Amino acid sequence: MTSTLAAPRSPYARTPQKRGVNWEKWGWIYMRVSGIVLVVLIFGHLFVNLMVGEGVSALNFAFVAGKLANPFWQWWDVAMLWLALIHGGNGMRTLVNDYATTRVSRGILKSAILAAVVILIVLGTLVVFTFDACPVGQPADLLPTFCQAL
Amino acid sequence: MPKSAGALTAQRRTTSRRPAGTLYRGREGMWSWVLHRITGVAIFFFLLVHILDTALVRVSPEAYNAVISQYQTPIMGLGEVALVGAIVFHAFNGLRIIAIDFWNAKYQRVLFYVVIGLWVVTMLAFTPRHLINVFSH
Repeated sequence: MTSTLAAPRSPYARTPQKRGVNWEKWGWIYMRVSGIVLVVLIFGHLFVNLMVGEGVSALNFAFVAGKLANPFWQWWDVAMLWLALIHGGNGMRTLVNDYATTRVSRGILKSAILAAVVILIVLGTLVVFTFDACPVGQPADLLPTFCQAL
Repeated sequence: MPKSAGALTAQRRTTSRRPAGTLYRGREGMWSWVLHRITGVAIFFFLLVHILDTALVRVSPEAYNAVISQYQTPIMGLGEVALVGAIVFHAFNGLRIIAIDFWNAKYQRVLFYVVIGLWVVTMLAFTPRHLINVFSH
């Protein structure tokens, strides 16, 4: 049997669109554009956190606070957060469309993915921008060294 | 032989073996697709956990340090090798997908072996250093 599969970027055949936005096309483009940016952001993240110095053994509050006190790493992490969660959520949506067989199961699974993505984007963004590297009343040996100068 | 005749022969040979319109059935095209899905799902679930554990910096230094120290155990250290392996494959194979979508799909098979080669090189650079960091502390 010979059959032709539609390209993944095609709009749904069920709802032939003559006008309006082709969201599947923009999703397809988003996966590629965000993917290229994420390769740079995540490889940089892994290099700085796992390869430089003592790697994973050096990770603690003082290390993370030292990074997140710097706007450069704040924006790096927030960009990773948004790009990766939407990229991953859209990828999971593709899998649900492929493997969930009923309309109800697809609806439940895609709602759960959307909820997880939205909640974690809000949580992560709030953490990065409301974060205090030198919280009051905490033991000084757990904090970054620059807190002593305050 | 004129170029078009060669292309036609290649096309006839190809269409006799697999359905038209897909690179994703059988051999390297399919296995790269399978691995891309599996690594993608694994990375997604790690990402959910990783955002929650990092959010503990907003709770207290003790809470964050208690959880992050779990990432520094030998078993989790090996898990981090698997995680980085999944990320590196997904990254390089994603670039391969972009190349065959925008450039030329006829190189997809050789590009799969380029992905495997780059993956091996990257993991050879990462794994020894990471395991020394995990097991020497």
